[in-house]
Amino acid sequence: MSTKRIRILIGKPGLDGHDRGAKVMAHALKDAGMEVIYSGLHQSVPSIVKMALEEDVDVIGLSIMSGAHVPICKKTLELIKKEGLDRVIVVVGGVIPAKDIPVLKEIGVAGVFPGGTPFEESIEFIRENVHD
Amino acid sequence: MGVAKYIKDEKDRITDVILQSGIHVKPLYTEDDLKEVEFDYRKDLGNPGEYPFTRGIHKLGYRSREWTTRQYTGFGTPEETNKRFKLMISQGQTGLNVAFDLPTQMGYDSDDPMAEGEVGRVGMAVDSLRDFEIAFKDIALDRIGSGLTINAIASIMLAMYEAVAEGYGFSKEQISATPQNDILKEIVGRGAWIFPVEPAVRLIGDVIEYSMKEMPKTNPVSVCGFHIREAGATPAQEIAYALRIANAYIENVLERGYHIDDFVARFSFNLDIFGNLWEQVAKFRAARKLWAKNIKEKYGANNDRSMFLRGIFGGGQGGLTKQQPENNIARSAYHALAAALSGAQTTALGSFDEAYTIPTPHSALISLRTLQIIMDEVGLRDTVDPLAGSYFIETLTKQMEEKIVEEMDKIDAIGGMVTAISSGYIQKEVARQAYEFEKGIQSGELIKIGVNKYTEGEQKEVELHEYSDESAIEQIKSLRELRRTRNNKEVTRSLKALEKAARDKVNVMPCLVDCCKVYATVGEMTGVFRDIFGEFVEPRIF
Repeated sequence: MSTKRIRILIGKPGLDGHDRGAKVMAHALKDAGMEVIYSGLHQSVPSIVKMALEEDVDVIGLSIMSGAHVPICKKTLELIKKEGLDRVIVVVGGVIPAKDIPVLKEIGVAGVFPGGTPFEESIEFIRENVHD
Repeated sequence: MGVAKYIKDEKDRITDVILQSGIHVKPLYTEDDLKEVEFDYRKDLGNPGEYPFTRGIHKLGYRSREWTTRQYTGFGTPEETNKRFKLMISQGQTGLNVAFDLPTQMGYDSDDPMAEGEVGRVGMAVDSLRDFEIAFKDIALDRIGSGLTINAIASIMLAMYEAVAEGYGFSKEQISATPQNDILKEIVGRGAWIFPVEPAVRLIGDVIEYSMKEMPKTNPVSVCGFHIREAGATPAQEIAYALRIANAYIENVLERGYHIDDFVARFSFNLDIFGNLWEQVAKFRAARKLWAKNIKEKYGANNDRSMFLRGIFGGGQGGLTKQQPENNIARSAYHALAAALSGAQTTALGSFDEAYTIPTPHSALISLRTLQIIMDEVGLRDTVDPLAGSYFIETLTKQMEEKIVEEMDKIDAIGGMVTAISSGYIQKEVARQAYEFEKGIQSGELIKIGVNKYTEGEQKEVELHEYSDESAIEQIKSLRELRRTRNNKEVTRSLKALEKAARDKVNVMPCLVDCCKVYATVGEMTGVFRDIFGEFVEPRIF
């Protein structure tokens, strides 16, 4: 488990503008002692990965409500690998049907937290899984 | 409804109730409470249809006319949407409420790389007038009004609506459209913004000015407290923010040299019915009064109709749950009751599967039937403003009024709504409330049946609307064919004229109608605006 202060980028990829969940998570993670950066709306995958690189984060948390979570996560993981950001873990929240969770894990997403997941569960997961 | 805090003693007796707007509810109300809040029937209420319209804008309420039902509808291609429109109308729905997909809302054509994976997903894909011709085919546009849920490019969609109506033989004077056209609330709560605040508000003003002159039955703006509430705001903040946003639009039009009575009577509101029942009823009654006072006292209106807060009070999707989704049918029925007790002119409900995705025909019809049952079976048309005179409701209405005024004063102290939104103050406030609410649900302090009380382990499967890639492929194919077959010279000419109007700061609406008629695409018209206005830079705070 990591003891240093965890830095996390909350990213909102795509055209969807419903950011209530993203902002609620940002607050919860901040209250848990993490440093939180919020990407803002309408981001592309490259712009999110670029931000992650510049901000030197440990975690990228994607908030996706549109139903396009599988292609978006795939793109993100590919780009992270390409940029040599392998130490960054990716977690996803939003409207994610249960049947897609194994698909996302297969792609390389570390954790999936559909809307309504207790804060402690996501926070603990990040603390346990972040790379030192 | 999970929207008030209940403090209980060890024997499960309630010792305090705290509404979301911060008001404490007492166990008993008597005439002493009315004295304490200095309740005065003439000053605070008046009869229905009389200033300040607290009891409603029409003398006879639903006796003279039942509400308009307008379920939010649209998905996939225009053909699929037309079919669903007709289904809803054939089942007694009295208005349309058009859902557009995200690329359309954001001004991208269906084949734009930004649109990938989103075409027809959360609403209908619209690229050009060709799509509207299909979507509104065989619909009596002189009889059926249409809400157009579009904001950043509401000007383009209203122009397209005028063009399609004209093509089908309905004049612009005959048709009644309600483009949402509220960009400031998009910045606060729904996120479908494109242009910076100043030109964005100018476009809102263009739509209002043009409607005033050319489209007398159109409601050019529907100010949405709804999305602000759904994003996390309290009921008092919802109304305060909506009324102050409306003032920002009023001021844009007044600067053009008009009198308030020239245009404000066609303003409408879209407000949320999610929340504690009593707080909701009090909220709407206080909102009508504050709007009337605002229009009369601040802006000097003389015409009663200018002072009417008319609107769609509906939705409440934030109150729906994924868990035990059929329970949402019961929740929505109570939302409908709240809307009726509040005197809604128009209404719509979130369907039971909407916590997952857009509704199936089955779930949409249950919503429509719920609204019809409320009007025809339960007794809500019997008498106007039935809760008036209740010690509790009148006290609460006065208290809500105070809370709303407090929130409005905060905005005024910052320098008005445009400043409060540009700086991110409102967004921060709304996000904070959303976090508090979520903490309340997670701790069990706010009760939500099926979520944190009476939970069931296994999720029940429900039949859901399935997104089809084929609709997107079909849409892109017909867009490409349109670009090949239309008169491209005319398109270039009309887009140049639009560019000039946008640069010269003259009303862009006549040029947009012209562009639509020669089948310029949404992406092309928005592109003209993007080049001139640039894009909004969001304060990335939470």
